[in-house]
Amino acid sequence: MDPKNCLHTVEVVSSSPEQVGRICKQLLSDAAANGFDADDIFAIHLALEEATLNAVRHGNKGDAGKKISVDWTITGEKLDVSITDEGCGFDPDCLADCRVDENLYKCCGRGVLLMQSYMDTVEYNQRGNCVHMVKFKCGLRADADKAGVHRAEQNSEELNASDD
Amino acid sequence: MDKAKPNIAVEYTEAATVAVLTDDKILDESEVSALESSIVPLIEQNPGINLIMDFSSVEFLTSSVLGLLIRISKKVHEGEGQLRLCGINSKILDIFRITRLDKVFDIHEGRQEALESLE
Repeated sequence: MDPKNCLHTVEVVSSSPEQVGRICKQLLSDAAANGFDADDIFAIHLALEEATLNAVRHGNKGDAGKKISVDWTITGEKLDVSITDEGCGFDPDCLADCRVDENLYKCCGRGVLLMQSYMDTVEYNQRGNCVHMVKFKCGLRADADKAGVHRAEQNSEELNASDD
Repeated sequence: MDKAKPNIAVEYTEAATVAVLTDDKILDESEVSALESSIVPLIEQNPGINLIMDFSSVEFLTSSVLGLLIRISKKVHEGEGQLRLCGINSKILDIFRITRLDKVFDIHEGRQEALESLE
């Protein structure tokens, strides 16, 4: 990838809604400035809100002393974003399906489904504390970027190393 | 911290109480919590309430709001009331469809249709 044609940003912030909200606004502003349309922005916004909420609430357990890393790259065709928390992680394969009758009236558990529905790729690192998502510009949807898992792992290791 | 501006406007008709959500975006926990604090007393103080929630001004919401709507629905039905949602734009309606909550909630295009659906 030609670095002249991509925007790469890494932000590490405290695990508070205000800090995370600021980063979300910055990322959405970057996406809009780089040609993502209103439907793309809606999708990215929703996935980002769900992922950061999960990082704050479930990953870092609401501990504002812990950090969240948001790492994003925007090219002419897609947005790559990885969100990493300091939690123990989880196994996304063990999530209950919120759409089946017995779970339909539960008050939570819909965030990952929405992320998967609105982004082109959603994948977790092995520990389950870093989610990597890709959104292609409208009409440019392509196969998932196989390198994403490696990047998620790398981000997780960097965040963990910053604690040492 | 709760926002200073009100997040619902309440209107009363002969048949129903209409809670109009006034925020265009409902994002973080504090906003959902403020919304819950505004609506739950309406339900608790009026058992058997016919509540219409009007989303005409809402352009964006997260799954936290869906969770709140489930809690509101349970409270309304515990008091043997009725809940209707209306004014939901097509993008947000997709969120209800994806999560199958369009099968849970009684959703109407406009307020008049919601009023007419009440038993």
